[in-house]
Amino acid sequence: MFDSPADVTARLAAVDYLSDDAISTSVFLAAALGKPLLVEGPAGVGKTQLAKAVAMATGAELIRLQCYEGLDEARALYEWNYKKQLLRIQATSADDDIFSEEFLLERPLLKAIRAAEPTVLLIDETDKADVEVEGLLLELLSDFQVTIPELGTIVATRRPYVVLTSNATRELSEALKRRCLYLHLEYPTPERERDIVLSQVPGIRADLAERLARTVATLRALELKKAPSVAETVDWANTLLALGREELDEATVSGTLGVVLKHASDQTRAVKELGLPDVADR
Amino acid sequence: MSLIDRHVGFVQALREAGLPVSVAEGLDAAQALRVIQLSDRESLRAAYAATLVKKPAYRPGFDVLFDLWFPASTSGMHTQRTDRPLDLETAPVEELRDHLTRLLTGGTDQELREFAQAMVGRFGRQPTTSPGRQNWFSYSVMRALSPETLMARVLQNVLQGQERGGLAEKNVRRRVYDSTRRFEDAVATDVRRRIAEDSGIERIARSAVRPPLDQIDFLRITKADLARLRREVYPLARRLATRLTIRQRKGRRGRLDFRRTMRASLQSGGVPLTTHFRPPRPHRPELVILCDTSDSVSSFAHFTLLLTYALREQFSKVRAFGFVDTVDEITRFFVPGADVVEAMTRLANEADMVRFGRTNYGHSLERFAERYGDAVGPKTSLLILGDARSNYQPPALDVLSSLVARSRHAYWLNPEPTTQWDTGDSVASEYGTVVPMHECRNVAQLTAFIETLA
Repeated sequence: MFDSPADVTARLAAVDYLSDDAISTSVFLAAALGKPLLVEGPAGVGKTQLAKAVAMATGAELIRLQCYEGLDEARALYEWNYKKQLLRIQATSADDDIFSEEFLLERPLLKAIRAAEPTVLLIDETDKADVEVEGLLLELLSDFQVTIPELGTIVATRRPYVVLTSNATRELSEALKRRCLYLHLEYPTPERERDIVLSQVPGIRADLAERLARTVATLRALELKKAPSVAETVDWANTLLALGREELDEATVSGTLGVVLKHASDQTRAVKELGLPDVADR
Repeated sequence: MSLIDRHVGFVQALREAGLPVSVAEGLDAAQALRVIQLSDRESLRAAYAATLVKKPAYRPGFDVLFDLWFPASTSGMHTQRTDRPLDLETAPVEELRDHLTRLLTGGTDQELREFAQAMVGRFGRQPTTSPGRQNWFSYSVMRALSPETLMARVLQNVLQGQERGGLAEKNVRRRVYDSTRRFEDAVATDVRRRIAEDSGIERIARSAVRPPLDQIDFLRITKADLARLRREVYPLARRLATRLTIRQRKGRRGRLDFRRTMRASLQSGGVPLTTHFRPPRPHRPELVILCDTSDSVSSFAHFTLLLTYALREQFSKVRAFGFVDTVDEITRFFVPGADVVEAMTRLANEADMVRFGRTNYGHSLERFAERYGDAVGPKTSLLILGDARSNYQPPALDVLSSLVARSRHAYWLNPEPTTQWDTGDSVASEYGTVVPMHECRNVAQLTAFIETLA
């Protein structure tokens, strides 16, 4: 898929994803070793975006499985088309085989396994799913096959590129982690964040983007309930652009704080710590 | 040392430092070495990290060992750069400090590292009396350059007439602070490298790695660790909340709604094509937390209060009580959305938990049962946090067992190692017969406790 980590960097940059050494190497290794890539880190550092960018850069189809509490086999892997089976039984004799391809409903995991075209399988927010789902993933991720009792084992015709994301609200099992390469994404350095803003918001001046990135870094260093994500930095840049502000002075920051801080207590704290004019005065 | 020896030694050192590196992962790393450019050091570091380090808490230790096993440079191979206006070997200290000031605000990592190496070479060696002793030190470098006193100079250079005290200054301070940390790290790394060159990697490796964050003892925690721990607490509280909820959940989809299913089947001539389920009713567990806030467990208490605060946001009904020798409800300080640091300060000033200042579990339990006994009911989970050291006062076991009998679940988390239970004034085992008691000395153990709840 990729020639080298440098190739990854270049091709991700072509689809507007700025990576760094760690990201490029991990993405490259996942492709070269044929292992799934587990991306962990706080919300809004671009984990899901990374999977999308890989799909876009390689021209692969993106299949996404969004995990949530209570996700089960039927929603993740496959399900039998109960209605169709019932109608078939009524229409024909009862001993007709109702467990065959035509009654099978594909769900994301099975679809990714059976795809003939290059695919990127994104298993989003794996930590939200219950422990049983992890068990389900183990067979899939180590051997790239699934076993359906009525049909037998289905082996991947072409290994999908698998990206798992997690916010680490729950520790994933050792067994799962062992099968994956691990990439911990942190908030980008101010320099990288400035470049991200510049690439995402074309109209912005470089020095304003720089100041924006520095201010966001300062905000993240406060003890906030929810630190600003990269997407919110970009939103902030867009906001400033829309307002026609050229400078990021205290009044502007205090007036637009709601774009990056989404808790009242966080805003109060930022106003206090940064010595901004009171929110009530604006 | 050949590459394979280096690889094996490195993996071994990681294991010795407490990182669980399995054989399969070691093989993955070796596989990775075959496909990447070994000459690119950062890519080598990333490859090892991706295959061997699966938890952020292990990362600092990994980086220390990586720098030892795969050093960025070796002594005696310095490329002399002649274009440098400043001769790092001979320049007066003031000029060096000026140079550092510039690096702290605008230097790249590479420049900072090179400067750190040169400075260690110049200031880091200290004469020692006994031969064979490690004689490289980072404190002498720090003392010579004292980067933390440079802040005023930096502010003056960068702000240049801008208003002081505002956002701009905050940003600059943040940046300088970060670069100073990076510089310190670079110096420490280079010192370790030089020691390793003198006396062997294995010797220094053992002493260089601090235990990972999740294995640091609650009772011996430093302030800096506490700040980092706060970030770990929120996810844990959320996890604990889900665990307690899941336990009470009956079916995943809810029960079959027979009436709706039958009615829908009329459409298809009595064949139940679509099944309807009653929506699952999420049970909202109630939680009562009793925590020891005395001085003997102050850092643990600080941590448990944080946990309480975090839990408060996850549960619909949490009541928290703090006690030393008498008990007070502290729920009111943890209003959702309130600032945690502020809440702690108010708590310390206003709550009525101390009468004589010596922990008395028995009295506190009695007072609790008397004043707030109705807080515990059949839907409540009772969580007690404390070291069970009661200053030789009667433990009031009967009061506790009646409380436990009334609650749905009860758990006791004790921050002391099991070996110290029942020594001195500890009555851990006696309480342990009434409430299951778990040793909980670090985040790893707290996590494990939460996992066993399901």
